[in-house]
Amino acid sequence: MNTIKELKKSFLIALWFMFLTFPIMVIKVNTVEQTIDWRWNRLAMVGIFSFFASWIWRYLLQRKEMGQKRAEESETPTLTFQQRVLQNPKFTRPALVVICIFAAIFPFYFSMYQVNIMTTALIYVILGLGLNIVVGLAGLLDLGYVAFYAVGAYSYALLNVHFGMGFWACLPIGAGLAMLFGIVLGFPVLRLRGDYLAIVTLGFGEIIRLILENWNEFSFGPSGIANIPRPGFFGIKMSIHQSLIYIYFIMVAMVIFTIFVVRRLQDSRIGRAWIALREDEVACQATGIDKTKTKLSAFALGATWAGMGGVVFAAKTTFINPASFTIWESIMILCIVVLGGMGSIVGVIFGAGILILLPEYLRAFSEYRMLMFAAALVLMMVFRPHGIISAVRRTYQFEGSPEKKASS
Amino acid sequence: MDYFLELFLGGLTRGSIYALIALGYTMVYGIIELINFAHGEIYMIGAFTALIVISVLTMLGWNQLAILAIATLAAIVWSSAYGFTAEKVAYKPLRGAPRLSPLISAIGVSLFLQNYVLLAQTSDFLPFPNLIPDFKFLEPYEGIVRSTEIVIYVVTAAVLVILTVLIKFTKLGKAMRATAQDRDMAMLVGVNVDRVISFTFIVGSATAALGGVLIASHIGQINFYIGFIAGIKAFVAAVLGGIGSMPGAVLGSLVLGWTESFFTGYISSDYEDVFAFLFLVLILIFRPSGILGRANTDKV
Repeated sequence: MNTIKELKKSFLIALWFMFLTFPIMVIKVNTVEQTIDWRWNRLAMVGIFSFFASWIWRYLLQRKEMGQKRAEESETPTLTFQQRVLQNPKFTRPALVVICIFAAIFPFYFSMYQVNIMTTALIYVILGLGLNIVVGLAGLLDLGYVAFYAVGAYSYALLNVHFGMGFWACLPIGAGLAMLFGIVLGFPVLRLRGDYLAIVTLGFGEIIRLILENWNEFSFGPSGIANIPRPGFFGIKMSIHQSLIYIYFIMVAMVIFTIFVVRRLQDSRIGRAWIALREDEVACQATGIDKTKTKLSAFALGATWAGMGGVVFAAKTTFINPASFTIWESIMILCIVVLGGMGSIVGVIFGAGILILLPEYLRAFSEYRMLMFAAALVLMMVFRPHGIISAVRRTYQFEGSPEKKASS
Repeated sequence: MDYFLELFLGGLTRGSIYALIALGYTMVYGIIELINFAHGEIYMIGAFTALIVISVLTMLGWNQLAILAIATLAAIVWSSAYGFTAEKVAYKPLRGAPRLSPLISAIGVSLFLQNYVLLAQTSDFLPFPNLIPDFKFLEPYEGIVRSTEIVIYVVTAAVLVILTVLIKFTKLGKAMRATAQDRDMAMLVGVNVDRVISFTFIVGSATAALGGVLIASHIGQINFYIGFIAGIKAFVAAVLGGIGSMPGAVLGSLVLGWTESFFTGYISSDYEDVFAFLFLVLILIFRPSGILGRANTDKV
């Protein structure tokens, strides 16, 4: 009886989706040759797919509800298997050693192409960790994050073109400028509520990009800046191959540095203030936390990392133009944070790995990349809002409760 | 003076177009406090559906006005269907989740619909035929105002009137207002909240579809990306007027349309979009409740 009902439901949903996708999926008109291409096989595909997808969808929703009920019933928060593994030093220490050794020997055993991709992934790890401070810890949705990335990249490129400054001098300057931008933007907008903030930051990101595109005298317009030098090492001349490996190691060092800083920040006074702010703004203010200062520090720190990432990006590609800094880049970084797990360092690294490396190795599906990311965003929000690897909350347990002993 | 009039009417057209999209934004925001990022994409899908229907029927050699009517109807039906489905799939399971979750989900829907149209149809700009006939009585004013523009003004005004009547005087409108004020309380007094929210999405999407057909006729070309910028600008307009307020959305759209039109006409056209965004930032900083909006206090 139940199965028949489910079958009927799925069948109706499949019919609905076939109706929904009919004009855009099936009909393709060629206005030049005056022909209509009826692609009926697609309709069948949509029908079959949505039939099974709706079944799975309902099953997962049910499971999620049951999981929530169970979590409410049990008094102590239970850790999932994956969280327990990640917290167990017996597992994490050897894993860390393996990862370090792998990272150290990676460029000598793999081709240039692989090293290049890995460096890109590491840049995104830094960006993801930076955005994680803003979105994951402080709960401020920033859709214009790429603007700070652009500030970093352009500050290196422009300082180099006009004053001939090198990579190492520009790295702190780029980071500092991005931080300054973060503060200048953050000051007026941080009073806004969450969703307004998202739109304003989105607008800000677009403003930066459009200015870079239109202000030819300043930024060389849409054609961008070429021949940006790669980082130097005490004036030693390096081949392209060597300097790519060099950049790779710079990135590894930066990632380690970032992880270190973010970890320390998370458990510091300010980190806890961020988390408190994310959970409940009013209650957080009531405990005496300065809302503006806390938000601003999150914003500025996030921007700093974007700026550093930007400087390395400019040095790595040796060419930048405004097209690298569109809103989709911001959304991509947001995807890394959301899919990986908001607030979780391992999660963000994992997310960057999946989102940057997977498409590189699955070139065949490159057309469908954005479609899949988009679907993943929605599915993730519906079924696993904390991401693939969710952050572990610090909890304190009061063990010696007399009532508890009596009841158990 | 002629130049001024041209810019004024151009701004009015722009504003009316933004208004048709902003109305949907404002209705959805008013009822579930969600910035429906995908709203611009719903409008784009309306325009695409209309174009497909028009192309097919033109090949069959139908009458121009009949084609226009059927295409508009198809756009409304399918846009509403997409709006309805998006709500059921991506927003409804997230009721009661933290505020960021539905917003991120909405970004996902927006991205999904864009890429869906890109893959299923094309990434090129497609020409969109203007099927609105030239009106006889406009001949003396040729060069100043086109008949398409007149249709846009009239439709926008009509839609505003119809929606106001719907919300102020019908039972469903009452239910919508109740849901907007307090969802739990509305449920207690017997309002089917799910149905009201679905209905809001359908009405908003239908309005956007109408906008899609008109704008595409006016501009003459569409592609999969038109929804994004239009959606953002309509959102700016909705916020400017006071989000949640319908006359506010129209007023905000007109103000944005005129400022953009005069700005590009008298100062510079390179920075048109920069200006729109800057405008948004300034409004949100100095008057976050908008022109006609009420100041919102946080509920604890």
